Amino acid sequence: MAANGDQQARQTGVRRTVSRTLVVLAGMFVFAFALVPLYDVFCQVTGLNGKTSGSAQSLVHADMDTTRTITVQFITRGSPGLPWKLETDTRQLRVHPGESREVVFRFRNQGEGPSLARAVPSVSPSEASLHLRKITCFCFQEQRLAGGERLEAPLVFQLTPDLPDDIKTVTLVYTLYPVEQTLARRYLGFISEGDQA
Amino acid sequence: MASHLPPKPTAQYEETAGGGLAAGAPHAPRGMMRWLLTTNHKEIGTLYLIFSLTMFFIGGIFAMVIRAELFQPGLQLVQPEFFNQMTTMHGLIMVFGAVMPAFVGLANWMVPLQIGAPDMALPRLNNFSFWLLPVAFLMLLSTLVMPGGAPDFGWTFYAPLSTTYAPPSTTFFIFSLHLAGISSILGAINIIATILNLRAPGMRMMDMPLFVWTWLITAFLLIAVMPVLAGVITMMLLDINFGTSFFNAAGGGDPVLFQHLFWFFGHPEVYIMILPAFGIVSVIIPTFARKRLFGYASMVYATASIAILSFLVWAHHMFVVGLPLVAELFFMYSTMLIAVPTGVKVFNWITTLFRGSISFEPPMLFALAFVVLFTIGGFSGLMLAISPADFQYHDTYFVVAHFHYVLVPGAVFAIMAGVYYWLPKWTGHYPHLRLSQWHFWLSVIGVNLTFFPMHFAGLAGMPRRIPDYALQFADFNMVTSLGAFLFGASQLLFVAVVILCIRGGEKAPARAWEGGEDLEWSVPSPAPLHTFETPPDFKPQQH
Repeated sequence: MAANGDQQARQTGVRRTVSRTLVVLAGMFVFAFALVPLYDVFCQVTGLNGKTSGSAQSLVHADMDTTRTITVQFITRGSPGLPWKLETDTRQLRVHPGESREVVFRFRNQGEGPSLARAVPSVSPSEASLHLRKITCFCFQEQRLAGGERLEAPLVFQLTPDLPDDIKTVTLVYTLYPVEQTLARRYLGFISEGDQA
Repeated sequence: MASHLPPKPTAQYEETAGGGLAAGAPHAPRGMMRWLLTTNHKEIGTLYLIFSLTMFFIGGIFAMVIRAELFQPGLQLVQPEFFNQMTTMHGLIMVFGAVMPAFVGLANWMVPLQIGAPDMALPRLNNFSFWLLPVAFLMLLSTLVMPGGAPDFGWTFYAPLSTTYAPPSTTFFIFSLHLAGISSILGAINIIATILNLRAPGMRMMDMPLFVWTWLITAFLLIAVMPVLAGVITMMLLDINFGTSFFNAAGGGDPVLFQHLFWFFGHPEVYIMILPAFGIVSVIIPTFARKRLFGYASMVYATASIAILSFLVWAHHMFVVGLPLVAELFFMYSTMLIAVPTGVKVFNWITTLFRGSISFEPPMLFALAFVVLFTIGGFSGLMLAISPADFQYHDTYFVVAHFHYVLVPGAVFAIMAGVYYWLPKWTGHYPHLRLSQWHFWLSVIGVNLTFFPMHFAGLAGMPRRIPDYALQFADFNMVTSLGAFLFGASQLLFVAVVILCIRGGEKAPARAWEGGEDLEWSVPSPAPLHTFETPPDFKPQQH
C-alpha cells in the first residue's frame, strides 16, 4: 500500500502547486494594472515623461539667476478630426531661471458647430518638467468654443532656479485633443484621471 | 545509410525497456473524437507539434509574401496596407503559433518520459490548453478577410497604432491573443505541477535532464509575464471600446506606458522562446559527443540567472523613446550582463564537445548549427545593447537580422534538432538520413543567405517594416529574398522526412542513440501509449 500512499502524496502535491501558481497568476494580473498608477506616480516624482502639473502652482520667490539664460520654445499642434487652431506669436523666449513670464495663446474653432477640446502639454527634456511651474495655464481645463469662436488664453510660467545646469533649452509642446463625452469618461474617469494633463 | 556514421546501437538495449504495451482504456473513443478528447500526454504532444508545424508553414507563407515584395525596390505585388498585415501576422503566428506551441508539444511528449512520470499532472487541463490554440489562431487568421483587414501594427502592437488608429479587427486579435495566453498559462501550470510532483522516486531536482530544467524555468517565466500581456491587451480593449485612456494622451494616458508594459512582458517572452532550446541542445550535444554535459550545475544556474535578468532589461527595446541618461545606462549594463550566463552556456557546450567522440547524426548537425548561429545572434544582440549605437540601429534591418538569428537558427533549429532526436522514440523509425542531411544543409545555407545580408542592409540604414526601399539596398534584398525562398522550400523536405519516418524506415531500438542516457531511452521505440505506470528505477548519474 506504500504505492497508494505515494499516489495520494503526489495528488496533494499537485493540488498545492496548482493553487500556488494560481495565486501568483492572479497577483501578476493585478500587478499589471497596478503598474499604471505606479507609472504615473513614478513619472510625477521624477518628471520623466515630461508631463507638467495639472493645476496652478504658486510662484517660487527666489532671486533671479541672471548668470544663466534659458531658451524656452513653444510648439503647438492640432489633431486630426478637430477643426481647431492653436497659435502663439511667441515662438521662442529667453528667460532667466526664477523669472516669471506670460505668453498668450490663441484658440480658434474653425468648424461649424461647438466643440470641446483640451491642450495637453509635454515638456522636453523631460527632466525640466519638475522645474517648470505654471501659475496660470489654459491647459488646466477643457475649452468649449462655438463654431468660429476665438479665445485668447494666457500661460504664466516660471523656471525655478534649481533647474539643472546642463539644460539650456526647454521646449513646451501643446497638442490639441478633442474631448469626447463618452459614457466611460464620465463613469470610468477614475482609471486614468484627466487632470494629469 | 551513410557508412561514415558510427554503427547504430544494437537491439540489445531493448531489453532494458521499462514499460510494456499497456492496453488502452476499453471504451476509448476512435477517429476524430479520440484526438478531440485525448488526455494522453503523447497524443497531446503530437497535436501540439502538428499544430505548430501548420502554423510554421502559414507564417512562412506570409514571410514569402514579404520577401517576394522586397525582392526588388518599388511596389510590385502587394499594397503597403497588406504588406503591414503580412509583417504583423508573420510575427504573431511565428511567435505565438509556431515556436511556443512547438516547445509545449516537446515538453508534453518528453517531460513525463524524462522524469519517469506516467503522464502530465493535469491531463484534462492539458487537452483544454491545446484545443484553445486552434480556436485562437483560426480567429486570428480570419481577420485577414475582415473589412479593414488584419492587424497591421506590427507584432509588438504599439499604441496608439493598435488603439486609436487600429483596424476594426483588432478586437478579434485581442480575443485570440487572450485565448493563446490562457493556453500558455495552463500549459505552464501543468508543466510545473508535473515536474515538481511527478518525478521518479530518487530523482532530485539536480538529477533532472536539462530540457526539464529549462522548461521548469520557462514555465515560471510564463506564469509571471503572460498575465501582464493579458493586462496590456485588456487595457487596449478598454481604450478601443470603452473610452478609457490608458494609452491615449488626450485623456491623460501615455503611449510610452504601453511600451513599458509590453516589453515587461516581451523581454521575458523572448527567453521563453529560447530557454527550452538551450535545454534541447544541452541534451543532444552530450549524447553525440558521448560525454556527460560539462558544468551541469552551472547550466542550471545560468538558465535561472538569464530568467531573472530578463525582468530587468525590458527598456533596451525603448532606448530611443526619450529615457533619461540613468535609465539608458542601467538598461545598457543590465542587458550586457546577460551575456555572462549565456557565455557560460556556450562555453559549456563547446567544452562538452572537447575531446568527445563526436558523430554527426542529423540532430547533432542542427544542435551544432544552433551553437554557432545562435552565438552570432547573441553578438548582434550585444551590439544592439550599446545604447548610443542603438540610436543608429534602432528599427533597422539590423534588428531584424538579430532576432531572426536567435529565433530561426536559434529556437527553430533547436526544435528541429529535438524532433530529429526524438523521432525514433516517437515513431520507432530513424528519420531518413540522406534526406535529413539535405534538409539540414539547405536550411543552413538558406538561413544564412536570408538573414546575414540583413545585417549590412540595416547598418546601411534600411528601416524595417517597409514595403519599398531605396535603390542602394536592392542587392542585399535580392540575396535575402533568394535565401528566404530556398529556406522556405527546403522545409518541405522536413515534412517529407517526418512523414516518411512515421510510415517506416530503419527500425530504432529502445536506446535509439548510443549516447542517450536519459530515462526516455529506457522505454521501447516507439514509446507505447502508456509508459512508467510503475515508476522506473532511477539511478542518478554523476553530473
